[in-house]
Amino acid sequence: MNINMTLIGQTIAFAIFVWFCTKYVWPPISNALHERQKKIADGLDAASRASRDLELAQERAEQTLRESKEQASQILEQANKRSAQMIEEARDQARAEGERLIASARSEIEQEVNRAKDDLRAQVSHLAIIGAERVLEASVDEKAHRKLLDELAAEL
Amino acid sequence: MAAGNEVSSTYYIQHHLQNLTFGNHPENGWSLAHSAEEAREMGFWAIHLDTMGWSIAMGLLFIWIFRKAGKLATTGVPGGLQNAVEMVVEFIENLTRATFHGRNPVIAPLALTLFVWILLMNTLKIIPVDYFPVLFNKLGVEYMKIVPTTDPNATLGMAIGVFCLIIYYSIKVKGAGGFAKELSLTPFNHWALIPFNLVLEVIGLLVKPLGLGLRLFGNMFAGEVIFILIALLPFWAIWLLDVPWAIFHILVVTLQAFIFTTLSVVYLSAAHEHH
Repeated sequence: MNINMTLIGQTIAFAIFVWFCTKYVWPPISNALHERQKKIADGLDAASRASRDLELAQERAEQTLRESKEQASQILEQANKRSAQMIEEARDQARAEGERLIASARSEIEQEVNRAKDDLRAQVSHLAIIGAERVLEASVDEKAHRKLLDELAAEL
Repeated sequence: MAAGNEVSSTYYIQHHLQNLTFGNHPENGWSLAHSAEEAREMGFWAIHLDTMGWSIAMGLLFIWIFRKAGKLATTGVPGGLQNAVEMVVEFIENLTRATFHGRNPVIAPLALTLFVWILLMNTLKIIPVDYFPVLFNKLGVEYMKIVPTTDPNATLGMAIGVFCLIIYYSIKVKGAGGFAKELSLTPFNHWALIPFNLVLEVIGLLVKPLGLGLRLFGNMFAGEVIFILIALLPFWAIWLLDVPWAIFHILVVTLQAFIFTTLSVVYLSAAHEHH
């Protein structure tokens, strides 16, 4: 318990340990600590940035989806309208065509009838002329007239 | 050792409180002291081999562990040793940042050295008081007091180290003139009161290392004496008192290391400040 040279020895040992610690022990540990702190801070930053990016991307994706849905419904609507229109047009055309066909058939029939009438008329007149000729040739022979008239009537 | 009679108890206590002293004895020359009497006769020119040996061993242990951790230190995920070491380093860094208001790269490592070194030296006290003395007795060494901080030489030696730094930084920061002015013109800024101020301030300055060293020594020595007294009880009763006292000393050991470190940093901070 006496005060002696141990005092000085301890002071020297203390000085050496402090020097060594300052020089070789403290810096690497302290540096590693601070670097790790920085790394963690950077990592957290990056994470929050990434989550923000993700949010934005999700928003954009939703918007795109909404837009495309709208477009699709628009296209569908247009197509529906177009098809209805086309059907209407086709119906109209068909009707017009049918009417036209009917009209032409009717006119043809009429023509046919007229032609037949004309033919008939021509033949009748021809027959009348022939009958008249016969009448004129045979002259007033009742029997002959009768016969002729009968023929004529049969021919009509 | 059970208490047989009073002579053997006294001898036991004294034996456990005697350092292994090597010095220049007036009669025997340079030799190991064989009694407290001889150690006293050696005067200043003696050295406590056990104090020096154990304190240097603890210092080297500190340096070795922390150097190893420093070499392995990565910025990635730390392992067990690195974790523990970094916890201590961070603790000291926060302590220094809170108490020390200057810029000095030596303060934090100094605080780390003080804290861990004193902690390790104090922790030696948890080892049962008889283990090492008996072991060294078997090896032919008469005395072995393994806790360096129960030796005032060790604690005052460290306090002197801190004191030298206080003086050094006071002069470095304020200049020799500034330091002298601070000593002579505070607290009363009048030329006639310079001698009074000087006495006050110099005492104040000298009390710092004395208080540092004696506080640590007093706490550790008292604790050690209690441990020795407890060891005098019958063997089956020792644990009854020894265990609570040892658990309590886990606190004391850490607290005293912490106080020594904090006060050193505070004193050094004051040395860096202009008044």
